Amino acid sequence: MTGMNVAVCVKQIPDPAAPGSLHPDTKNLVREGKLILDDSDSYGVEMSLQLAEHAGGGEVTLVSMAPHEETSGLRTALAMGAAKAILVSDDVLAGTDALGTAKVLAAAIKRAEPDLVVAATESTDGYTGTTPAQLAELLGLPSVTFAKKIDVSDGKVRVERQTEAGFDEVECPLPAVVTVTAGVVEPRYPSFKGIMAAKGKPVEQLKVADLGLTPDEVGAAGARQEVIDVAAAEERKAGEIVVDEGDAYERIIAFLEQLKVL
Amino acid sequence: MATDKVWVVAESSGGTPTSLTLELLTKARSMASVVEAVAWGGDVASTAGELGNHGATKVYDLGDMGDALPGGRVAAAIAAQIEAGNAPDVILIGTTYDGRDIAGRLSAKIDRPVLTNLVDLTVEDGVPVAHHAIFGGVQMARTRFTGDGPGIFVVRAKSFAAEPAGGSAAEVVPVEAPDTGPTDAARVLERHVEERTGPQLDEAEIVVSGGRGLGQADKYEMIEELAKLLKAAPGASRAIVDAGWVPYAYQVGQTGKTVKPTVYLAAGISGATQHMVGMKGAKNIIAINKDQEAPIFSIADLGIVGDVHKVVPKLIEALKARG
Ligand SMILES: Cc1cc2nc3c(=O)[nH]c(=O)nc-3n(C[C@H](O)[C@H](O)[C@H](O)COP(=O)(O)OP(=O)(O)OC[C@H]3O[C@@H](n4cnc5c(N)ncnc54)[C@H](O)[C@@H]3O)c2cc1C
Ligand SMILES: Nc1ncnc2c1ncn2[C@@H]1O[C@H](COP(=O)(O)O)[C@@H](O)[C@H]1O
Repeated sequence: MTGMNVAVCVKQIPDPAAPGSLHPDTKNLVREGKLILDDSDSYGVEMSLQLAEHAGGGEVTLVSMAPHEETSGLRTALAMGAAKAILVSDDVLAGTDALGTAKVLAAAIKRAEPDLVVAATESTDGYTGTTPAQLAELLGLPSVTFAKKIDVSDGKVRVERQTEAGFDEVECPLPAVVTVTAGVVEPRYPSFKGIMAAKGKPVEQLKVADLGLTPDEVGAAGARQEVIDVAAAEERKAGEIVVDEGDAYERIIAFLEQLKVL
Repeated sequence: MATDKVWVVAESSGGTPTSLTLELLTKARSMASVVEAVAWGGDVASTAGELGNHGATKVYDLGDMGDALPGGRVAAAIAAQIEAGNAPDVILIGTTYDGRDIAGRLSAKIDRPVLTNLVDLTVEDGVPVAHHAIFGGVQMARTRFTGDGPGIFVVRAKSFAAEPAGGSAAEVVPVEAPDTGPTDAARVLERHVEERTGPQLDEAEIVVSGGRGLGQADKYEMIEELAKLLKAAPGASRAIVDAGWVPYAYQVGQTGKTVKPTVYLAAGISGATQHMVGMKGAKNIIAINKDQEAPIFSIADLGIVGDVHKVVPKLIEALKARG
């Protein structure tokens, strides 16, 4: 196979370092302010770039659903080397759940006709971890989740898939959906040249109607779930803090003895 | 709406249901009068006793899946049952590798949403209510489905205790897993088992975890030695798993294992919310960190502000001296 087109799902999220909050009325996650490329997806972007390079060319297309035509996270991934992006942004998407997201992503990905679809195992802010399997089912594709190593050759993808006991070597014909874990590759830092080039790369902006989806399939209506209430969780209290003066280990021993585990 | 029938996706390993499966069955029993299990893997009959003992009256046996990945097949089998009129009100699935695949594929197949990352589940006015820890466990949100049809819930391990009910073995009902066509094309070529000695991470009474504060990969040996002396399981933060110091199976936290030991000792771990969500259910927490401001201290019963390279070796010496 010469050349391989990869569609990589990239979520643009609020800075995880800033404390999250829920909208007081809708109880949806507040996604105000600048969004950034989810770190979890930077691994997928890097992996896709490497696989396309290795296959002797082909394009890496970013696919994202985000509010307010947000592109700053996409620009980061374009600066890393992705060729173009498809962005679905629409007011009717407010309150969309994982299944609705998968419907949107599936419809957008179909336009790119990729050989391989890459996503992260779970997003940093939503972490449902179900979107990729929903996406695969909607696309009618096989999927291999939890990849810690990926190779492509002869129209097949070979994955080391994490398991409870270790890992499985899994082989799957393309096209397929693969989800990557953090650490699968070391994401590159965008170079200055990459950042400049990213500014001119195409970002196709789409609405829900462009994808042939109806508003009731997505958004809060499609989610068919509601938050009843949110309350502060029972807090664990801090106990005793001891500054080590060379004998703190004795405190640990005494603590373990007191618990009768020694 | 009523919650009468609950299905539990019952994963097993080596002919024994996983502890998470038994936890889910125990919960299911408290929710509904009819509890049934869905299982696969060639040795379902040998699990029927334990499944029954934890409340399942029936186990749908999907048979051996050979080298296939279970996600699509299990989802298709459940969807086929629902289509044929045998629909549960609630489907409980564990937050596991295959569990997420099953939940995702099933959700898309039957066009029903999924509620994930549950730490508790109650039935209120006949409606199942999911409890989620959000923002790293600082807040608890309660959610419910608004539409009809089976509710799919994905539940984290260690959310409930498994308790036998003393029931007789579940009736084994063979079910054909439907042909899932091209979505079923992935095949396992080889399974690699990473050897671990000592107690299982998610079952150990004591867990000793190391983080980036250890400084370098070979310093993890210190953690392993300490764990051995305490008959504990060694664990890790994601930072050092990603760095390749230890296998993923050691990871504690949101993306790793949830542990609830009697004692959790964190050495050189900052206490990121994603780490804490996996260990703050421990009965007692000991933290060693050189930074007095480290978030881990906010939940530690005993916090030692100190250098792991000094405290841990001394602890090891002292434990050895005790014999
Ligand atoms: C979607 C997502 C999922 C995640 N899932 C997980 C998960 O499952 N598990 C997990 O652990 N993390 C997870 N993380 C990562 C998490 O956010 C943190 O990055 C990670 O837990 C940090 O690991 P650490 O505490 O070892 O490293 P750091 O945060 O770098 O902390 C190192 C600590 O060591 C201390 N230290 C340094 N030197 C010494 C010394 N000599 N003696 C004593 N102390 C010292 C420092 O003061 C510091 O507090 C996830 C992140 C995301 C985005
Ligand atoms: N809005 C989105 N846009 C693009 N990709 C997404 C979106 N939501 C989820 N994904 C992909 O699906 C993965 C799993 O997401 P989640 O189900 O939220 O844990 C993410 O890491 C992304 O790769």
